[in-house]
Amino acid sequence: MAEQLTIFLENRPGRMKSISDVLLENNLNIWAFTVQDRGEFGLMKLIVDKPKKAHLILVDRGFACVLKEVLAVKAENDQPGNLDRLTTALWEQNVNIKDAYGFVSPKDHQGICFMEFENPDDANLEETIAAHGFTVLTGKALYEL
Amino acid sequence: MDITYWNKDLETMDRSAIESMQLKRLQALVEKSLKTEFFKKRLARAGISSAEDITSLDDLRRLPFNVKDDLRQNFPTGLLAVDMQEVVRVHSSSGTTGIPTVIYLTQQDMDNWTDLLARSIVATGCSSKDVFQNMMSYGLFTGGLGLHYGAERVGMTVIPVGGGNTQRQVQIMKDFRTTVLHITPSYLLHIHSKLDSFNTRPEELHIERAFLGAEPYSENTRLKLEALFGMHAFNSYGLSEMNGPGVAFECMYKRGMHVWEDAYILEIIDPETGQQLPDGELGEVVLTNLVRSAMPLFRYRTRDLAYVNPEPCRCGRTHRRLSRIQGRTDDMLIVNGVNVFPSQIEEVIMAVPEVGTNYLIHLTKDGSLDKLTVKVEIYSKLFTGDMRELDALKGMIKEKLKASITINPVIELHEPGALPHSEGKAKRVLDEREML
Repeated sequence: MAEQLTIFLENRPGRMKSISDVLLENNLNIWAFTVQDRGEFGLMKLIVDKPKKAHLILVDRGFACVLKEVLAVKAENDQPGNLDRLTTALWEQNVNIKDAYGFVSPKDHQGICFMEFENPDDANLEETIAAHGFTVLTGKALYEL
Repeated sequence: MDITYWNKDLETMDRSAIESMQLKRLQALVEKSLKTEFFKKRLARAGISSAEDITSLDDLRRLPFNVKDDLRQNFPTGLLAVDMQEVVRVHSSSGTTGIPTVIYLTQQDMDNWTDLLARSIVATGCSSKDVFQNMMSYGLFTGGLGLHYGAERVGMTVIPVGGGNTQRQVQIMKDFRTTVLHITPSYLLHIHSKLDSFNTRPEELHIERAFLGAEPYSENTRLKLEALFGMHAFNSYGLSEMNGPGVAFECMYKRGMHVWEDAYILEIIDPETGQQLPDGELGEVVLTNLVRSAMPLFRYRTRDLAYVNPEPCRCGRTHRRLSRIQGRTDDMLIVNGVNVFPSQIEEVIMAVPEVGTNYLIHLTKDGSLDKLTVKVEIYSKLFTGDMRELDALKGMIKEKLKASITINPVIELHEPGALPHSEGKAKRVLDEREML
């Protein structure tokens, strides 16, 4: 599993900067992020190279911030149709994706998708994904990218 | 529970003894009042020219009401009934909203007031063994010095730190093993939110009791503070025009505040008609101070809204109990024609654990309609990062508020610490309707 930081931010100028400032100060590298807007506030989701350290620092600075496990799914060969194969496999198993976003691995330029599921404890989930030619990255494999 | 009294005879005397004492003191008060030109004229219009015109407590109703503006009109010495040489203490309101209101006390008045405070403090179960950290402002404000003198009279160890400087306050609590605080509820909430950053856990403190006053707050706020600090919180009531704190105080049973009726006559009136209301009905608190000679003041309209509980209290005190202040006749907000008290909103917010203790009621115009926005802060420790839970939280607060105040508010979630807080009386309402 990968560890994702989820941070509550007010939707006004300077709030994202308040996060990037902290990450810069502590020399933390961002691999992927997304922001979900909900009117007066939003949630910023981040994958960084040292998630636990980033979490401690952000909480210490007073941010409402949690560390969450998400699945990091890597495609073997970067080619058209990868996401479609993945979503088809999940649809066939009636798995609901709550949240997802992708990035390209800096090492081998392969697509990686971070996903949150309705029932994350479903035992067959990782098997289903692996059976269709995808790799579920463990924390270690991910952070060695 | 061991019930302790400061003056058991006075605190447990029967109703008729209280009333005969009130009558005697009311006559003396009228006598004193007639020494000021202002009251002499005002009482003459009511057909009263001497204390002998007062023959029963019912005659109280013949006396006219007095309001804050009467005090302002007579600034600075118009209501002084003794020679200034006899005055040993002056207190005054801040005057931020106009001319300040001033009160004067003789040495005897000071003794009377201090005694009522000692009585109040002992009623909560405190004794000379306690260490009392007085976090109310000192100076012209009556809250700080009033309790200071009362606590000294009880023999407590008094730390006169005053308000502000949160980190130092917490350090003092630790250094001197403070057991009793006197503080505004909003400041105590603020202190709790800061404990983490001072690397202090509430369990490391030794707080057993807190006297909360100087601003209205809800029962849920009390319960929240009691749970956060593992202590008992007591409601305190007073206003500078009636000397300050010590008008009414909760005993250890915490079911309403005993009004010291040997020293004050309590009435509840309909703020519209001025008619007296029966016990149990919500109305404006009207008070007559029977134990101050330097500056007599009777039937003073406090603008505070509360009701009276006449039932006997388990503590044995016979003095009737006043409910917590439900609002003020002048802090009532009118939103699209509906009366809303900030205390109703606070009550709801304090019962929601997922939001912090700071909030702001923001009023704006949306076209010709009023728009009520309630801003609350996310409580970091219960934040899960789940958008659906945040949506549900907003929906739940909105529904609860709608059920309480009957109008539909907009709920906004904010970052922890983002809303303005104050180290004293909190400003919870931002009304920008006139400016638009």
